[in-house]
Amino acid sequence: MNARMNAQATRVDNGVNVEALLGAREALTQMPEAARFNWRATCEWVKGTHARSTIDSFFGLGEEQQHNTMHRIDSDHPELFASEDHGATPVEIVLAGLAGCLTAGIATVAQNRNIQLRSVKATLEAGMDLQGILGIDGEVRNGFDGVKVTYAIDADATREEIEALVAQSQKRSAVFDIITNPTDVSVVVS
Amino acid sequence: MNGVSNRASPGAGTVDVLIVGAGHSGLAMSHCLARRGIEHVVLERGEIAHAWRHQRWDSLRLLTPNWLTRLPGMAYDGDDPDGFMGRHAVADFIERYARASSAPVRTGTTVLSVRQDESGYHVDTDRGRWRCRALVIASGAFAKACVPRLAADLPPDVAQLTPYDYRNPGQVEAGGVLVVGASATGLQLADELQRAGRSVTIAVGEHVRMPRTYRGRDIQWWMHETGLLDQRFDAQDDLARARGVASPQLVGSRERQIMDLNALSGGGARLVGRVAGVRDGKVQLSGSLRNVCALADLKMGRLLGSIDDWLQATGRDAALPPGVRFAATRVPEKPVLGLDLRREGIRTVIWATGFRPDHAWLHLPAFDRKGRMAHAGGVATLPGLYLMGLPFLRRRKSSFIHGAEDDAYELSAHLATYLDAVGRHRRDLVAL
Repeated sequence: MNARMNAQATRVDNGVNVEALLGAREALTQMPEAARFNWRATCEWVKGTHARSTIDSFFGLGEEQQHNTMHRIDSDHPELFASEDHGATPVEIVLAGLAGCLTAGIATVAQNRNIQLRSVKATLEAGMDLQGILGIDGEVRNGFDGVKVTYAIDADATREEIEALVAQSQKRSAVFDIITNPTDVSVVVS
Repeated sequence: MNGVSNRASPGAGTVDVLIVGAGHSGLAMSHCLARRGIEHVVLERGEIAHAWRHQRWDSLRLLTPNWLTRLPGMAYDGDDPDGFMGRHAVADFIERYARASSAPVRTGTTVLSVRQDESGYHVDTDRGRWRCRALVIASGAFAKACVPRLAADLPPDVAQLTPYDYRNPGQVEAGGVLVVGASATGLQLADELQRAGRSVTIAVGEHVRMPRTYRGRDIQWWMHETGLLDQRFDAQDDLARARGVASPQLVGSRERQIMDLNALSGGGARLVGRVAGVRDGKVQLSGSLRNVCALADLKMGRLLGSIDDWLQATGRDAALPPGVRFAATRVPEKPVLGLDLRREGIRTVIWATGFRPDHAWLHLPAFDRKGRMAHAGGVATLPGLYLMGLPFLRRRKSSFIHGAEDDAYELSAHLATYLDAVGRHRRDLVAL
């Protein structure tokens, strides 16, 4: 383990600047108020079930922040729901959010543990009984009845080390937490 | 060694060092100070080893075997080195230690407030005011039960207990029990309640899984022998995390039983995720059960692997039985995500959600922003102020009984140097 870490300490590169992240962790430990972030999105109805979300600013490190460019996400429903399929369904975007979060975590943890990744691929599945959202059966929930994420990872590491990467990325994932734990949501009309 | 200057008033006076708490930590420090000829007094709110006598459940035993039970100047000398002391045996051991060390303990003296003054600290107790130049806080790492705020939202007809209220299954109302927390306390109470015929649900967050024995030896023998317990606070990448690690899933028993979630669920207990919320009288459970179990299984695998590596490196591998690996934690196919306590017949919730020290009586600018005393290896941020007995205070073993030994040697040396320095400073002032 140590021999490998020493041999690879200079070569492992997953494109994650771990030093900067560790520096931020240290700085935010000293200045906890700067750690309070506020994430935002706006969403406008286009037509039918098609809506377009835009994401450009957020608040963090004590001040307003901007993405490099404005990001757009179209959401819609597929044609079998009599929609025009201008975008992924919102629930698929939730899956993409989970996968994006876990995968970023895997790359970061791997970098921190000096593990070179060659490929990381997640396949996500989530079951849903439409009797919930269609109001057919009040005992069926609207949301997923479960989410299954399967990772195929090629890395310079043992199976146990790869499993530990995946477990640690869940432990530190915001979206994993959002999906697995209740969140207070308030929706109001301005 | 009762070198207290104010003999006229036995309840209070002026002394070089005050130690708050006559448990194993405070008494270990007392022993080391006495060896150095430093005058001191130990203040104890109740009796010696009070918490062990009065504030623990009946069946509690140490997680460490008897042979590891030692304090400066005294080691276990009974005829059952591989046994595990029950709480009264621990209290007896500590009492015997206090006698053997002739520790100057003032029992029945509750400290109400500590403030800084020009020459050190003044300590107000229910039996008068003490003054001291140095102060050692040894009032226990496990003084208060941590109960999450959401406990207040549970239906009022559900009984709630902390490990301090709990004594034995006979005291728990008939019906189902939800044990929240899957560290040593939660598992032990869940196991005991299940054996008593209760229907047990256990809510599982992050935990530390560890087999009682591995390759023919007690796990604490391995932790001790490989040096894991001696790892120092100043050699940790993430000390805050190391200090926050929960007690491993162990129980001290003659049968050396393995206490893990598989054993519990094999006996009928239901495993559910961490308690995440309470809404409309229903307990919401996290969907993270599978991952917290995977994390603990992987971590245990790494611990056992490090033992194998150590054996190989020291050439002792062949002399011991081969390492076995333990089955992964069995998680229900469809973990329950919510509990309607009434419908489930759960009448009691036990919060085995951790412990914390109680330092509310310290009116000192010595706390971090989370309200914990700031310190570097037991040396607090104010001059002459020390801590003992907290998790990973100076070493991984610091909160264990035998962990007090090295910490007391080192901190008493630091304290002696401090007293010398202030003494010299005073003499210099007088000479002027």
